[in-house]
Amino acid sequence: MTLPKQYDDIPGTVVFDAEQARRGYHLNMFCMSLMKAENRAAFKTDERAYLDKWPMTEEQKQTILKRDWNGMLQLGGNIYFTAKLAATDGLSFQQIAAKMTGSSQADYADMMIKGGRSPDGNRSKSEWKNRG
Amino acid sequence: MARIIAGIGVSHIPAIGAALDNAKTKEPYWVPVFEGFERSKEWIAKIKPDVCIVVYNDHASAFSLDLVPTFALGCASDFAVADEGWGPRPVPPVKGHPELAWHIAQSVVLDEFDITIVNKMDVDHGLTVPLSLMFGQPSEWPCPIVPLCVNVVVYPVPTGHRCYMLGKAIRKAVESFDKDLRVVIFGTGGMSHQLQGPRAGLINKEFDQRFLDNLSRDPAALVRIPHIEYLRDTGSEGIEMVMWLIMRGALDDDVKEVYRFYHVPASNTALGHIILENQAEKRKEWQ
Repeated sequence: MTLPKQYDDIPGTVVFDAEQARRGYHLNMFCMSLMKAENRAAFKTDERAYLDKWPMTEEQKQTILKRDWNGMLQLGGNIYFTAKLAATDGLSFQQIAAKMTGSSQADYADMMIKGGRSPDGNRSKSEWKNRG
Repeated sequence: MARIIAGIGVSHIPAIGAALDNAKTKEPYWVPVFEGFERSKEWIAKIKPDVCIVVYNDHASAFSLDLVPTFALGCASDFAVADEGWGPRPVPPVKGHPELAWHIAQSVVLDEFDITIVNKMDVDHGLTVPLSLMFGQPSEWPCPIVPLCVNVVVYPVPTGHRCYMLGKAIRKAVESFDKDLRVVIFGTGGMSHQLQGPRAGLINKEFDQRFLDNLSRDPAALVRIPHIEYLRDTGSEGIEMVMWLIMRGALDDDVKEVYRFYHVPASNTALGHIILENQAEKRKEWQ
């Protein structure tokens, strides 16, 4: 039994629900560990070895090593946690947001200055069908 | 008797804190943001609240996924400023009001809100950015703060109706506190924004403006907004606006909007701000 997920129809969005939180527990707790300077240093020294200390799936580890920000979310990551990995890399929220949308930071910042992404055409997956 | 005299809605965008802390407030990008709070700072300096209740959310700072309380009330006498990965913000530590906070906890539990009592909690930008916007950069915050932390990270977040009713229970709690305190309540977060995925950057000015309008005109309409509407129409993080409904629930039915400011963008987000005064309070002052 599961509760209905109306939000599955929203395009380009992963809602961090019970299923995602369960799937991503270790991935997110890994990100949380990066709040400590000594852990950031250990991670930077040998990313693979540091990741191997966490009981994550290989697929999850690969998304982290490749900095596949959308992939992390698909596999249970939450943006407030993955933002700690971004901070470890010296990236701001807006920089990873740009990466997740597939645009350059300049283009993304420009879109925001012009008022952001309109909800029109972005409410339902059916509206994104024809996107490449 | 303690009483709630006014409510403040305000976004808590971390980049605003970074702009303040790194002396970037005169940069053209940030000038309109900080100008928008000049009148608010004057207002609160005149109002001089004895205590502020600040409704906010933790961003994986004090609470990881090990513990996810839906409503957590800070009952400590001190709250350290969280290190969110780049060192704590250079702002004063936050002083609590344990007597009032414990009183609220007791009262709302008996009113069937099973709130989590927290005696140790670092507070992150969700709480400190609104304080900076309202109080500027003082060497210490002008009054004690009661933090109320709401889960808006793990879905489902509490419903708008639940938040509104909790606001009412908090008001009742404050009014049964036997010290003469003038309390201002903050609802923080929002407005429309999405930080994640290919749809990041979503902004919905129409929704936000209607939300601001209805805080005074028709709060009942806001209380009925379902989660799917926040997620679809205001971005996945726009759902933080339920926290404003705790603030709204704690006020009179009849409020006066005394100030509003709305600006796009601040980083990824639509910045919204409103000040609502209780009318009953005004009448009392005229007598």
